[in-house]
Amino acid sequence: MPLSGEISATADLPDRERAISVDRLHMSFARRSGLFRKSREPFVAVDQVSFTVRRGEIYGVLGPNGSGKSTLIRAISTLLIPDSGEVRIFGLDLVKDQARIRRLLSRVSVDAAFYKKLSPRENLLYSARLYGLDPREAELRSLAILKRLGLRESAFYESLEEMSRGMQQKVAIARAFLVSPVIVLLDEPTTGLDPKSRRDVQEFVLELRNVHDATIILTTHDMPEAERLCDRIAFIHGGRFVAEGTAGELCGVAGTADLEEAFLKLTGDDLESDTGEG
Amino acid sequence: MQEITEASRRRGRWTGWLLRQLRAGGAFVFRDYHLTRRYASWFIVFAFYDIVNAATIVLIGVAGGSTGLTLTLILGVLMWSFLSRLFGEIANSISYERWEGTIEYTFMAPVSRLTHLLGVSSFAGVYALVRVVIVSLALLSFTHVAIGQANLFGCLVVLAVASIAFMGLGLIAAVLPLMSTENGAQATNIVQGVLLLISGIYAPVKYLPTWLQPLSRLSPATYALSACRKLLGIVPGQAQLVRGASLVSVLPDLGILLLFGLLTVPLGLAVFTVAERWAKRHGKLKRVG
Repeated sequence: MPLSGEISATADLPDRERAISVDRLHMSFARRSGLFRKSREPFVAVDQVSFTVRRGEIYGVLGPNGSGKSTLIRAISTLLIPDSGEVRIFGLDLVKDQARIRRLLSRVSVDAAFYKKLSPRENLLYSARLYGLDPREAELRSLAILKRLGLRESAFYESLEEMSRGMQQKVAIARAFLVSPVIVLLDEPTTGLDPKSRRDVQEFVLELRNVHDATIILTTHDMPEAERLCDRIAFIHGGRFVAEGTAGELCGVAGTADLEEAFLKLTGDDLESDTGEG
Repeated sequence: MQEITEASRRRGRWTGWLLRQLRAGGAFVFRDYHLTRRYASWFIVFAFYDIVNAATIVLIGVAGGSTGLTLTLILGVLMWSFLSRLFGEIANSISYERWEGTIEYTFMAPVSRLTHLLGVSSFAGVYALVRVVIVSLALLSFTHVAIGQANLFGCLVVLAVASIAFMGLGLIAAVLPLMSTENGAQATNIVQGVLLLISGIYAPVKYLPTWLQPLSRLSPATYALSACRKLLGIVPGQAQLVRGASLVSVLPDLGILLLFGLLTVPLGLAVFTVAERWAKRHGKLKRVG
């Protein structure tokens, strides 16, 4: 079980099998402070994080709000340029090969970012066109994915602003998988969903890995979800990876019966705390 | 045989790339069309305001009893309506993404910034044209100016060339909302206001204060208006119209406009790329609203 700063045990994998390699990634921002918010103080969001994700693996990143999970996902999504460190996707450098890497990636964020006035059909066809897909094929595929996720067909044509958060999140997941990504970054995809929707989404994630060979990073603070979906899990706290391993290994190291207790013991914090900015 | 296979493979790759770029550029047209459709009430309100504003200005010329002045004002109103809308739509495209909360999604899509901004500009051009046609038709019920001797085709050519320059300026201004969530959109309005002031939209730039006149040379609208006034047969200070000039006689203005376009579009893209890197370095894409 490597701790922060160390290279994961998967470092000796061949490039073909090493889908994502993150090496000493560091990301900090300036945060305004003071009476008139004039002064700026540095804030470290991701602190020297290193890990490797195998091809076809579901890798979980567990941490409370503000622990750096979303910043890590944003950095891998090419939405941030790190202060230092390196991220490689199938051997491609995240900064130098951005254009090629973007074709491999898809992301679902905690807030379903859509044109809310548009329907799921319009949003998904917009995405399909962005990724250069044939609109007619994309329309059929979108419908099939949404039905698979339990959405009724008529909702395909309704405005997204009239839909529940659960339905919106299902559309976000359909959008991510519509473009057949090789790497999928799921940033708390089931937060705020009802139990049935949560189960639908979880089953779909497993199916995508098992059937379509997708490599997935999943951030969550839902322990049962992490245990159910993830092959390996990393605990993140204060921007640092504190521990990494399978659920069983983490419980073993912490000497606890469940993952939540293991998190508490290894980080000294609980998952419901709020440690700053994400 | 092998060479032929390699050549056809290369051609196939190029065709595939082009098709992807066309679809990606078309994505922005598709999106903006449907958003405009869904926000139809906004479109109606803005078009109504455009008509009222245009009619109010043009009636000054009617009251003055001068055909030359009336046509100068009509030209100014329509050209500014088109160019400012084009500029505004491109410059604010980033603000719209921030309001919708979709900016991160768009920026991580595998689309080059050139394709992205060309897609946005294409819809903006059509949108601005539709608004101008509506205002033009509405103005017919307020006044009638005989323009039988005007070179209208020449005016369309000037407008098309000026559009490229305004797209470039829009790209440069689009950087502002990228860099500042709170103040970026307002800053683009200031840029638009300055262009309105210095371009001599409703009166030739010689009537501007002397200290302001040199600035008018920095706006492509100055040259577009100067060319169109000649093409429409407007002589400053004269009530009657003369025969419209030929396109050849406004080639110097057209050349300057073309030069503006050739400079501002690549400059806009370069500035945007630098600003995008800065925004990613400082985490500025994250915030919405």
